Amino acid sequence: MAEEALWEIPPELRIDCAAVRDGLVRFLREEIGRAGFHRAVVGLSGGIDSALSAFLAVEAFGADDVLLVRMPYETSSPESLGDAQAVIDTLGTPSETIAITEQIDAYFRQFPQADALRRGNKMARERMSILYDLSRVFDGLVVGTSNKSELLLGYGTQFGDLASAVNPIGDLYKSQVRQLARFCGVPRQILIKPPSADLWPGQSDEVELGSTYAEIDRLLYGLVDQRLDLEQLIGRGFSTEMVEQVLKRMRQNQYKRRMPVIAKVSTRTIGADFRYPRDW
Amino acid sequence: MRVALAQIKPQLGQWSENLDLHRQWIAQAKVQGAQLVVFPELAMTGYTLKDLVDEVAISLSSEAFASLAALSMEIDVVTSFVEESNHHVRYISTAYLSKGRLVHCHRKIYPVTYGMFDEMRYFGKGDQVRTHATDFGEVGLLVCEDAWHPALGYLLSQQGAELLIVPSCSPLRGVTAEGWKSIQTWEHLLIADATLFGCWVFFCNRVGYEDGVGFAGRSMVIDPFGEIVSAAPVGEETLLLAECDDTAVHRARLGAQMLRDEDAYLVLRELQATLARRGEL
Repeated sequence: MAEEALWEIPPELRIDCAAVRDGLVRFLREEIGRAGFHRAVVGLSGGIDSALSAFLAVEAFGADDVLLVRMPYETSSPESLGDAQAVIDTLGTPSETIAITEQIDAYFRQFPQADALRRGNKMARERMSILYDLSRVFDGLVVGTSNKSELLLGYGTQFGDLASAVNPIGDLYKSQVRQLARFCGVPRQILIKPPSADLWPGQSDEVELGSTYAEIDRLLYGLVDQRLDLEQLIGRGFSTEMVEQVLKRMRQNQYKRRMPVIAKVSTRTIGADFRYPRDW
Repeated sequence: MRVALAQIKPQLGQWSENLDLHRQWIAQAKVQGAQLVVFPELAMTGYTLKDLVDEVAISLSSEAFASLAALSMEIDVVTSFVEESNHHVRYISTAYLSKGRLVHCHRKIYPVTYGMFDEMRYFGKGDQVRTHATDFGEVGLLVCEDAWHPALGYLLSQQGAELLIVPSCSPLRGVTAEGWKSIQTWEHLLIADATLFGCWVFFCNRVGYEDGVGFAGRSMVIDPFGEIVSAAPVGEETLLLAECDDTAVHRARLGAQMLRDEDAYLVLRELQATLARRGEL
């Protein structure tokens, strides 16, 4: 029987899920193992990306060695909290729920005029700070939850949700995350809900990005993986405006994908001519 | 002849650990009755070395190399390491070792430097491709990217190669609904070599992750008819054994006579004419 279609998956973005899952599980075991750890910490938002990272981490280390953490703010949607709980229940891992309302509100009492973006970024960094603190207690490394679509568009908070020790899903477009999440058994309620950063009520990725992920991923895949030029992309049905907008976002957010730039003074500078593997 | 391909996971920058790893896998190959054991590219050092290259480089006259060669007393060994020449140029070198001695050393001719690869930043280029005689026939060594330059396989074929040995560090990349594109491409390339040159191909590819890059494994023994006789799984450490029929090269070249008909002088003339037209001769 054919699988029920939950989303539009562009044909060029279809993946062999079993092959990718095997690779990502080995990646987690080896990269975390080499750092001297065999446990992982994952922050669960209730969305599909963090759910997939959690499923992969459990596959790699076993349920007892993965700590799943929910960090709601008072305006976070109750469904998100419930969906994150569904992941915890399905996987049977230890978990923590740490509300971030008090510390966020205490801070912004000094800046009552702060806008939603500023508050959202602060929340993302507070969550990062909690994950790294629990990482010390649980003796495990923080597993990333940012996908390739988000990383390319810069749709994340630097040193916030973009921060992690290792990221198994950063080379998978959202459309590929969807396939793999379904394959790995992420609960259906998470698969079918509209993607949202959930930084304020009713927020929607696709509304903010101005397009569906299927469209955005087709464009990103054409630009990045296939190196198509503007004319070829227009031939595939994209508007000049959309292509230019996405290119601009990719360029503007390059800094989020790199370590801070260091001013060269010596003959051997970190990152320039002092080059050792991360796995040194 | 029974061959063993040691699809291992070397430790990055750890010479003595990797020497121990070689001892263990060679012992296992011997127990399995293999007469030749092949290790992947840079099996003695790991791949993503960057500035570690200098720390693991050895010369062919060093004690370190002698201890490696000593592992081949009872079984022939092909393995790979960073060689430092007398002029202090570093190469990705691959040694054919037999009876405790170096039989042949191949310096990688095309250190790959595009896309995700940066080898020529750290390594010099070999400038010679030669077959050498072994108990199992005439052997030609090609390391990873070398096999993507068909002229090298052609030259070895002209020199009489009956066996191409291809140690590699090929990563998993380019996933599609049908699996990893990189694995499929290697299969196509190597099957073509075996078929066109009527020779055995032993492809030994490493596994394990370094800096986020997973090496594919999927080592293969391909016979001179172009059939995959034996293949290792993707991503898993495996000692792949294969029985190689001594008569296969003979039989394959009866059925397909490209080597007999090959016109090396035509190739030479046309290459010279081409280079002359390009103003390079």
